[in-house]
Amino acid sequence: MNLPDAEALCEELARKLRAGVTDSTGLVGIRTGGAWLAERLHRELKLPTPMGALDISFYRDDFDAAGLRHHVKPSQIPFDVSGRHIVVVDDVLYTGRTVRAAMNELFDYGRPGRIELAVLVDRGERQLPIAAQYVGATLAVPPGKLLRLARDERGKFTLKMSDVRPSDAKPSA
Amino acid sequence: MRNPQLNGEGKLQHLLTIEGLPREIVTHILDTAASFIGVTGREVKKLPLLRGKSVFNLFFEASTRTRTTFEIAAKRLSADVVNLNIAVSSHTKGETLLDTVDNLSAMHADMFVVRHSSSGAAHLIANHVAPHVHVINAGDGRHAHPTQGLLDIYTIRHYKKDFSRLSVAIVGDVLHSRVARSLIHALATLGTPDVRVIGPRTLLPTGVEQLGVSVHHDMREGLAGCDVVMMLRLQNERMKGPLLPSAQEFFKSYGLTPQKLALAKPDAIVMHPGPMNRGVEIDSAVADGPHSVILPQVTFGIAVRMAVMSILAGK
Repeated sequence: MNLPDAEALCEELARKLRAGVTDSTGLVGIRTGGAWLAERLHRELKLPTPMGALDISFYRDDFDAAGLRHHVKPSQIPFDVSGRHIVVVDDVLYTGRTVRAAMNELFDYGRPGRIELAVLVDRGERQLPIAAQYVGATLAVPPGKLLRLARDERGKFTLKMSDVRPSDAKPSA
Repeated sequence: MRNPQLNGEGKLQHLLTIEGLPREIVTHILDTAASFIGVTGREVKKLPLLRGKSVFNLFFEASTRTRTTFEIAAKRLSADVVNLNIAVSSHTKGETLLDTVDNLSAMHADMFVVRHSSSGAAHLIANHVAPHVHVINAGDGRHAHPTQGLLDIYTIRHYKKDFSRLSVAIVGDVLHSRVARSLIHALATLGTPDVRVIGPRTLLPTGVEQLGVSVHHDMREGLAGCDVVMMLRLQNERMKGPLLPSAQEFFKSYGLTPQKLALAKPDAIVMHPGPMNRGVEIDSAVADGPHSVILPQVTFGIAVRMAVMSILAGK
């Protein structure tokens, strides 16, 4: 199937997000794709609050079955979460489990005032009552396919689709 | 021969010794520990990885630091922790080790942290428990103390980054020290080129050089130019018969003083697994001095034990 141009989607997402953020808004990207995206959006929107990044490996709901991924990077939230407007950023929204894990982790840093969600692609098939407020595009992707953001050495974004291999199976993506 | 610590897929099932542990697993533990360090700065210092799991601290031998840091590590991971003071339990009434373990398993233990004065005790338990139960060796006789070895190399990596050019000196009562054995294996696994043991003949195990270390009986020679000095405690409680003239004599020859430390590199770090005997193996001026990383070792120990527990608990 033809995948949309990730760079164009990113511009679209930045345009939508611009209306919703203020100087105190904290962008938090979910590693890895979401953190790249948050980095880009943070730069485009010239937000003064430093951006954060979450590695949700320690909060996944399939830890008992899947264990720890190699190379967990520490989460970094360089601002006070309490009372703040936070926009969680991820590349692809699917079952909603990753976003739930990210929200659980955020609450361990404090009590946010409001959390919103921005994603490049919403591929539907939610398993939890979670919705994104800012969406680049909605796209039907066959189940069993893994859709993710890739970034080349010059920082250019593309969407990549692959078959789910046992090694990168992400039942909670 | 199958490594009893690994399951059929080569993943860590129990942690019994660093000897024979693949380098990737050792590195994975250290990297995971590094990602736990930041958690202590948050409002909620807990992670949900071991939520609903029960960890039993089974200590047949006295311990403060190790037991407490295991307890804190398990609690930071949201586990329920049960501490057993075996000295006043059924053990003294004649119950065997495996009967004790069976009874605790019937109470739905998911993980045992075991310290015992007999080498191989944790191994015995690991071979006995059901497949979903994990065992961590927290010190067995003179044999091994793997989480101490891991926190020691974590500390070294934190301060020195690269193992491929390091000189590490291990000083004192190597004979009775499971800490020294675990550290020597860990350093070898990470490819440390120069590991030295320093001590009187009576406190060095015969054939210790077969572990790939050089043997020194003189501090001046052994400490020259080293990057890391690991001091060991004189384990009087394990000494059978006179191995030393006196603690004072020992301090004179092998106690780490600022003068002896000056032989090492100017940026050398000094480590000690604790408990310290000031004035026996280490001078207070060194223990509290700028080279000492003895207290950071304790803090890193929590993150390393969290890493081991969470890697074991995840399938």
